[in-house]
This record gives sequence, C-alpha cells and structure tokens, in this order.
Amino acid sequence: MSVNAELQNVTAKLSVKNVSKTFDSAQGKVEALKDVSLAVGEGEFVCLVGPSGCGKSTLLNLVAGLEKPDCGQILVEDSPVTGPGRDRMVMFQEHALFPWLDVMGNVLFGLKLKPNLTDPERREVAKFYLHLVGLEKFERASIHELSGGMRQRVALARSLAPNPRILLMDETFGALDALTREQLYGEIQLIWEKRKKTILFVTHNIREAVCLGDRVVLFSPHPGRIVKTFDIELPRPRDINDPALTSHASEITSFLKNQFGRAVSE
Amino acid sequence: MFGFFSKSFNKKTRGGEISATARIVVDGDSAVMQIAGVWLLSRRRTSVAKIQREITPEIKGLSFDTSGLKAYDSALICMLFRCYEVCSQYGISFDFDSLPEGPRELLRLAVAVPEADAAKKSEVRFNIINSLGTRAIRFADSMAESCGFVGEVTIAAFKALFGRARYRGSDLLAVMQATGPAALPIVALISFLVGLILAFVGAIQLAKYGSEIFVADLVGIAMCREMGAIMVGIVMSGRTGAAFAAELGSMKVNEEISAFRTFGISPIEFLVLPRIIALVLMFPLLTVFADVIGMLGGFVIGAGMFDISYDQYANRTLAALNIVQITTGVGKSLVFGIIVACIGCSMGLKCDNSSSGVGMATTSSVVHSITWIIVADAIFAVIFAIFDI
Repeated sequence: MSVNAELQNVTAKLSVKNVSKTFDSAQGKVEALKDVSLAVGEGEFVCLVGPSGCGKSTLLNLVAGLEKPDCGQILVEDSPVTGPGRDRMVMFQEHALFPWLDVMGNVLFGLKLKPNLTDPERREVAKFYLHLVGLEKFERASIHELSGGMRQRVALARSLAPNPRILLMDETFGALDALTREQLYGEIQLIWEKRKKTILFVTHNIREAVCLGDRVVLFSPHPGRIVKTFDIELPRPRDINDPALTSHASEITSFLKNQFGRAVSE
Repeated sequence: MFGFFSKSFNKKTRGGEISATARIVVDGDSAVMQIAGVWLLSRRRTSVAKIQREITPEIKGLSFDTSGLKAYDSALICMLFRCYEVCSQYGISFDFDSLPEGPRELLRLAVAVPEADAAKKSEVRFNIINSLGTRAIRFADSMAESCGFVGEVTIAAFKALFGRARYRGSDLLAVMQATGPAALPIVALISFLVGLILAFVGAIQLAKYGSEIFVADLVGIAMCREMGAIMVGIVMSGRTGAAFAAELGSMKVNEEISAFRTFGISPIEFLVLPRIIALVLMFPLLTVFADVIGMLGGFVIGAGMFDISYDQYANRTLAALNIVQITTGVGKSLVFGIIVACIGCSMGLKCDNSSSGVGMATTSSVVHSITWIIVADAIFAVIFAIFDI
C-alpha cells in the first residue's frame, strides 16, 4: 500500500440502535443510557451535550468498543461493534499521550501496527499529520516539553494517523485554557473539512457544541436518554464569538432550562 | 455580627435553661408564632418536633411575632424551614413578611430551589443481612474479576510462548533492570540480617546441648527452603509490586490504558506481560543470591561468636544442603514472582480514576501480595509434607 492510498479520506456512517447500559454503584443500579438511538451520517460532525451524568461519555465508550452495551446494537457501516478498533479512534480529556515516546513516536504508535507500510512510509504519513496540526518542527520534542494545547494537537495527530473512519472526542478541549481552546476550534474545523471524518464530540459546553457540530444532540440524565436534536445550519468555519452562534446556543440553553427547571452551566 | 450577639448573651443564660422559645398562639383561623430568646445552635431550644406538632391542619395562615427574638443563627432558619415544610404540606399560608429581614431572605433562598433527587443522600440503615449480602456480592464480583485477569494473562502468556504477543523488548529489559540488579542491595541487607538472626537464635538454643555446630545446618536449610524465597517475596512486593500498581494506576488515571485499547493493543500484553516475565526471571536469581547472603550472615555469627572454625562451618553447610532443598526454595520463588507481578498489575489496572485511587491501589497491592505469598507458602509446606520432599 502506498502512502497516498493510506492518506485517502475515509469516513463511515454510524448507527446506534436502542442501546441501554446500566452500572452498579453503591446507591444501587444507575441507568447510564436507556433505549438510545442515534444515526450519524458519513462525515457528519455531531456534538453530544448534556449535564454531567447523562451518559454521553458512556455512549462514546460504547461506540469506541471500550465497554459493551447491555442491550441494543452499534453499527459502523452495517457491521456491529464488538471491541476497540482502529477505525474508531478516541481522543480523551487528558491527552493520554505516552510519555516514554517523543512526539514522532506517539504519532507513529498507531501506524506501527499497519503491516502493509514500510518504516519510511510510516514516517512520511506521520509527518503529514504533524504538518496538519502544525507541529512538524516539534517531532523530536518529548511530551513534557509541550504546552497543553500542543499536547492535544499531538493527540489529534496520533488519533488521525491510523486513518480512522470515525473520530470520538470526549471533552477533548475541557482541560485547556480559553484562548488555546478557541484556536483549536478553528483548527479542528479545518482538519475536519480536509479529512472528512465522522466525528462524535462529547462536551458540556453548549457554545462549543454549536460552534463545532452539524447537529447538537441533547441528553438528559436519570436515565440517560436523548431529549432533543438541534440542527445547526451556520456557514463554516464558525467563530465561537459569532452572534448568530450565540442565538443558537441560547435557544438550546433556554430549552434546557425549561426541561430541567434550572440553569445548566455552560 | 451574630458572634457578637452570642457573646453578649452568654453571661445571662446558663447552659441548662431553655434560652430560645417558640410558641404558637391560635386565634380562630390564623396563628401567630411567638419566637423569643436566643436562637443559637449552641443553646438549648424548644424542640422543632414539638413546634411542628402545634401546627395543625385547622390553621389557615401562620404569621410571626419576633419582638422577643434577641439573636439567631442557622438554628432559627432550620426551625422555620421545617415549619414551612409542614405548612406547605397542610396548605397553610406562610407569612414571610412578618419575619425580620435576615431570616426572611435566608428562608426565601432555602425554599427557592427544590431539592434535587440526586443530591439527597439516601438514608441507608444498618442491616446485618443487607450488609452481609452486599459484601458477598462484592466478593463474588472481585473473584470473577480476578479470574478474568488471570485468564487474560494466561492467554497473553501463551501468545508470548508462540511469539505473537505485542510488547517491546526494551520495556522487558528496563523492567528486568529495575526489578533485578537494582533490588540487590536491599535483598542483600535483609537476607544477611535474617541469616544472622536465625544463627543467633538457633545457636543459643543449640549451645545448651553443646551442638552449636548444627547452626550451620539450621541456617542453610532454613534459608534455602523458606526464608530466602519469602524474604525476596516480601521485599519485592513492597518494592516492585507497589511500583507496578503505581505505574499502571497513574497510566489508568491519565487514560493511557484506554488509549492503548483504542489502538487495538491489549494492555495485558503490552504492560502486564513484560512485568510478569521479568519477575519470573528475576525471582529465582534473587532467591539464590538471598540464600548465599543469608548463609554468610549465619557464618558471621557461627564463626565469630561461637567456637566454630571456618572449615567446620563450611563443611557442615555443604553436608546439610542438597539439590532438593535448594530447588524447593527456588521453585517457590517462581510462584511468588507471579503472585507479586499479577497482584501489582491487576491492582494498578482496576484502580479508581483519581490520584487517591493510585495510593489505594499501591497499598492494597502490598497487603494482598504479602498475604498471598504467606498463603502460598503454607500450601507448599503441606504439599511438600505429603510428598515427603
């Protein structure tokens, strides 16, 4: 397989069908998800929003294959998810980079497992993604030398490198400062347009969801379920400080307020 | 502000007296609660239950007369809140406006937001059957989890046997360096002292029969069969097992373990297997080392303090030992190595996602390792006794 074939854009549709998941806790059984169904089209950017404990991260873990649903099914292009796979990469709130590898080593990590590439080809692919996230000059840097934003960019490159069809992001920008975050909103949109991945993005920040998503899916807790879906038809690239975006966000916020009787923190 | 009040009233009221009162005076449909005195948490007050009982469904409205109120803190707000609850239950109108400004605003704040279901701590009464059942279920769960872990490790070990397991050779070497050569000084110190103690205790008893020379047998056999392997096990569970639990635990907290899994790499193969292999290789070597150093400790006491010549001691030791005694100790140490590595790694992998979780995982790894080493040693003792080894 050549580098060009490896770098081709791939995407997939995802469907979640009647999925339920229950956890045992000290207070008894907690229904993290109850009968949740969701269809995500090819190359769609979907944001999952809701107060904490509403099961949005659980859904992401189920799609990633890190956990198994109690009942229901998750299909990626009509084949059921049975475990973790490189067609679905996850980005976590913590960067989860491997500190014993440098930047290049981290990006190469997922590529090492592709048997049909030679080592120089792997490096070429890794460089492509490091260039995409703007870190080509830092390939020899070790992780602890990087800032929080740079680490998340390395994590993004590492997740993109095995060329997954679906990218799962779990409050990926949650631990970053506001300025870095705003910068990354722009970059992730650019990268998404270039690479056309299907993205599932979990957040509790409504403005962030409106800024990034084609669709914002609202969850409610106890038991975790989808209450409403908002289509966001704003031109891209979007800026988080755009007034049009704010009006969408306040629509969702006021819906949430009515739904739960009190404000949900942005 | 309230602090000032409470100080000034302290002198006037004695501890035993009720310093705060609330009475309900019913006048037809409406009732007035006369609140008087010093409503502080530290003073004796009219009991809330008693006041609540005085509110009857016949009353239509409740207002307040606070002319006698001298000082208050949350004790008053708490009482008013309870009364408010009773009033809303009976549909009695609650006259906020007759309260002084401070309590009124605080009470308004307290009743503004309904209590969230999730926020309320459910009251679980102690029940012996309930807690026994919960513990039994938890025990069964943890047993099932341990079995799953052992199963995964076994599968990974077979994969490794056929060269299909994915781990880095350099990781294995690094773990071997950290668990083997780096542990030599502490193992040497401990086993030297254990040999010394054995010789000292033994020689004093043996001297009563004039057979101090057999202290060489005692130290040699005890070190090789039991103490060498056990001491290595205990030192390593504190030194290495705890380190494994902390390493894997902090990787779990940083979500590195999940990252491995999303790349399709089994953390058991990549992280646990090299650690188990390293300890399985290092434990027998460390045990042989500990045996030799322990006998050296015995030699120092035997030859130094009791009248045994160097030659005699060495000859007696060699005569006492045979290959069976040495191999039983080394064989046991293999099992101890697997115990320490498995418990350390499994505690790390199931650690809670918090920094306190890492500490707890480390602690319980040490406790479990030492316990299981002793249990395994007891089982070995029985087996060896049955087969007369």
